[in-house]
Amino acid sequence: MAAYTLRRLGSTVVVMLLVGIFVFALLHIAPGDPAAIIAGDNATPAEIASIRQQLGLADPLSVQFVRWFWHLLHGNFGISIFSDTPVITLIGQRLPATLSLTVLTIAFAVIVAVAAGVLAAWRAGGVLDGSLMGFAALGFSTPVFVVGYFLIYFFSIRLRWLPVQGYVPLSHGLWPWLSHLILPTVALGLAYVALIARITRASMLEVLAEDYIRTARAKGASTEAILFRHALKNAGVPIVTVIGIGVALLVSGVVVTETVFNIPGIGRLAVDAITNRDYPIIQGVMVIFSGAYVIINLLVDLTYTLIDPRVRY
Amino acid sequence: MSDLAISAGSVRRRGVSSFLARNRRISLGGTVILLMILAAAFAPLFAGDPDSMNPMIRLEAPSAAHWFGTDSLGRDVFARTVFGGRISLAIGLSVAILAVALGILIGLPAGYYRRFDALVMRVMDGLMSIPSILLAISLVALTNGGVPIVITAILLPEMPREVRLVRAIVLSARERPFVEAAVAGGARTRKVLLRHILPATFAPLTVQGTYVCASAILVEAALSFLGAGVPPSIPTWGNMIASSQLYLGLAPWNIFFPGVALAVLVLAVNLLGDGLRDHLDPRLARSL
Repeated sequence: MAAYTLRRLGSTVVVMLLVGIFVFALLHIAPGDPAAIIAGDNATPAEIASIRQQLGLADPLSVQFVRWFWHLLHGNFGISIFSDTPVITLIGQRLPATLSLTVLTIAFAVIVAVAAGVLAAWRAGGVLDGSLMGFAALGFSTPVFVVGYFLIYFFSIRLRWLPVQGYVPLSHGLWPWLSHLILPTVALGLAYVALIARITRASMLEVLAEDYIRTARAKGASTEAILFRHALKNAGVPIVTVIGIGVALLVSGVVVTETVFNIPGIGRLAVDAITNRDYPIIQGVMVIFSGAYVIINLLVDLTYTLIDPRVRY
Repeated sequence: MSDLAISAGSVRRRGVSSFLARNRRISLGGTVILLMILAAAFAPLFAGDPDSMNPMIRLEAPSAAHWFGTDSLGRDVFARTVFGGRISLAIGLSVAILAVALGILIGLPAGYYRRFDALVMRVMDGLMSIPSILLAISLVALTNGGVPIVITAILLPEMPREVRLVRAIVLSARERPFVEAAVAGGARTRKVLLRHILPATFAPLTVQGTYVCASAILVEAALSFLGAGVPPSIPTWGNMIASSQLYLGLAPWNIFFPGVALAVLVLAVNLLGDGLRDHLDPRLARSL
């Protein structure tokens, strides 16, 4: 286990280094002078020269990369061109909104999807299974922003049950915070629910065909005990794996969801940076989101033994 | 002898229709995709002009003259929806084809040469961890956008899945007796890879290719929606929705029709993929 953890940590560091190289290389592969790109369209030659100086563009690429990466490790993500503020400060300001949205979505999605997947597997081939899986196929095929606008139209504009857009911090009260996040959570979570529910069903079906399930049934265990105690526990590893992989889906979805619902989060920060061509911000958001994805999947890999003691490395 | 030939022929002819009847997901998904391709290809013949503006008929509800209503500039939403399908289909298909081609080109040698493999797989892990939408946003911010940039941006994070799939198939195929026999018989590596191993990748790659196509259509729509996709002068389902968001309460059809078209197309591609998966290799259904 210790050896596996070390090896897995090692590969995580390598992957993060590669992500760093990609993000760094994009700026230098793109046609044109990196300093001019970073300075933006309306920069004076003096500003471009000062950015060239600041980035050390005269040094060899390898030196530049090591210096850039070293700064990243110390939380120095560069300075936003548009607002002249350190990128890490901007990301910090936007973090609570994005964290609220993603944590709620993961919780909502995992609970709904595992319940739906278990039910579908229990009634495999029946009407319930068919409708749940049909719904999953639809959820997997409808883009976040289409779902988002449909929800806003019905629940906010027509029924007036929930606020249309915006975000209220948790410090202003639980309900104001939650009411603004319900629709974004459902919109963002739908594809994720569909993905997890399909894998849960498939994994449960495999386990339910095992001999020990028949044995449990023969000794008179209740349906709930068989489904949740015997089967779900043994079906856990693929489910947890897909929860980790699905985070990639979630990250791209966050960018769109925050735009649809006008939530001032990290994804919105990146979208707004397109118009201003504020490249340091885009770079910083890319590193943060990729890092979150890599770390979540590291944690997922390391929890396998907790879920299933039969897993040996 | 001739009796046998005749019966084999009629079996084959019955085969096609009974195949479609037995695989309803393939026939349903395939029909919807085919209809949408035809509509997109012949759009100029029946859909009308997607760009003609008329301020007198802004935000009109669906009617006999404008089946899907009109948008905030008085443009016909039906025409724009039909023309918008062109970009979705073109980008979905080209990303799928390129991803499969790159998957074979990189995955085949990766599965066969250990050294190359270690390097390639780490690079693929890195590519997979960058969120596709952010990669596209940064590419568009650095360049001036355009269709080739959008295709590249969607392709880069999609392609690693193909490479991994081909590599996994090569790894298991090279242990099979017929490959060992070919190697023992003195076949050159190139021939072993192309003649004996490559065919084993076709079925799984077809299935995976349809999923890539569905995913590429979704990412393109999201990019257009965010304003980081193809130029806004080309109508796409994503930028139609983005430019109508302010009128959601007034003219929901502006968002409803492109949104439904998008969901129906992606659903059809996914259905086709699921149907092909179950038909081509039932075992694959569980491993993917």
